[in-house]
Amino acid sequence: MEIPYTVTARPDTGLWNAKVGIWLFLASEVMLFGGLFSSYVFLRLDAPPGAWPHGLLNVPVGTGNTAILILSSVTVVMAWASLKMRQLTRYKVYMGITILCGIIFLAVKLAYEWPQKFDHFGAFIKQEALEKYEPYLGNHHLAERGLPPRTEISGHLHNHEALHDETVKEYEVALDPVNADPTNPLMDRPHFLPLAHTDKIATIDKADVEYANMFLPKHSTYFATYFTITGLHGMHVLGGVLVFTYLWLPVGTKLYKRNPEHLANRVEVAGLFWHFVDLVWIFVFPLFYLL
Amino acid sequence: MTLKGFHILFITVSTLLALGIGAWCLWINSVEAAPVFRKGAIGAFVAAAVLVTYGVWFYRKMKRLRIIT
Repeated sequence: MEIPYTVTARPDTGLWNAKVGIWLFLASEVMLFGGLFSSYVFLRLDAPPGAWPHGLLNVPVGTGNTAILILSSVTVVMAWASLKMRQLTRYKVYMGITILCGIIFLAVKLAYEWPQKFDHFGAFIKQEALEKYEPYLGNHHLAERGLPPRTEISGHLHNHEALHDETVKEYEVALDPVNADPTNPLMDRPHFLPLAHTDKIATIDKADVEYANMFLPKHSTYFATYFTITGLHGMHVLGGVLVFTYLWLPVGTKLYKRNPEHLANRVEVAGLFWHFVDLVWIFVFPLFYLL
Repeated sequence: MTLKGFHILFITVSTLLALGIGAWCLWINSVEAAPVFRKGAIGAFVAAAVLVTYGVWFYRKMKRLRIIT
């Protein structure tokens, strides 16, 4: 059966069908990500002073990933323009670069950024025990400067079994610089750059801990929203890469030989989706990494 | 909207982001006085200039080719 209006415009809409379909789909995506962004903003505005981490993410890595996605948007448009000019080889090259950019973005996210979080530990100290851990929290120093207090001690957990084994009564943590030297004025501000780990070890009694976990979605509202939004965005990137790979493989060449305009239209629709995914990242990056 | 139109919109937003990052780096540099943020600001403003140049080139090329409406 021949599917109508894959190349020519439908008289009543003035568009070929896939284009109407992709814009309806993107409208639903705007609502999905719009809802998530709104939730993030309201949760952040409502967070108690000092409870929302700022400057925790690696800005240079995020900037690099942003540049990769912008480059991929350029190459996908070039791939589409090449098809319009009936240059199949150039299309293959540009589409190949687009796929590579998508894979690099995902690799950075899944093999570098996320595992760094999974490997990090944070313990929220009970209100009544804050004074005991003053050498790691520096709250007197912060109060003098009118800054919100710290309640979390973070770093690399030495005894992972402490998370599950109730017989282990303490957490042994190689402290982050902010807890190793909490009264250093440099630690009063967010850093946005990765800081070197310290050799200073702190022993935290489990009885003094309100809640402790690795930097997983269940660690805090911040990480729940971070992993939800970046995870959903990453799934969209993966979807785009799969579609581009399909159009790049011999099946695309076969379609090109039968009807080049049909392949160009498919690439345009996939390119519109890709641009939307990149546009979402343009909002994710400043919201999570900078502000 | 065609892919061409969406691409021009995307490049415009990306340019605004680059300018924003540049301004953010300057602001952080004024607080921290760290050379890495000064370099970041220069890099961001150069990126913004490159994006504007590319956007103009892309628009002209698409118009000239007349292949893409």
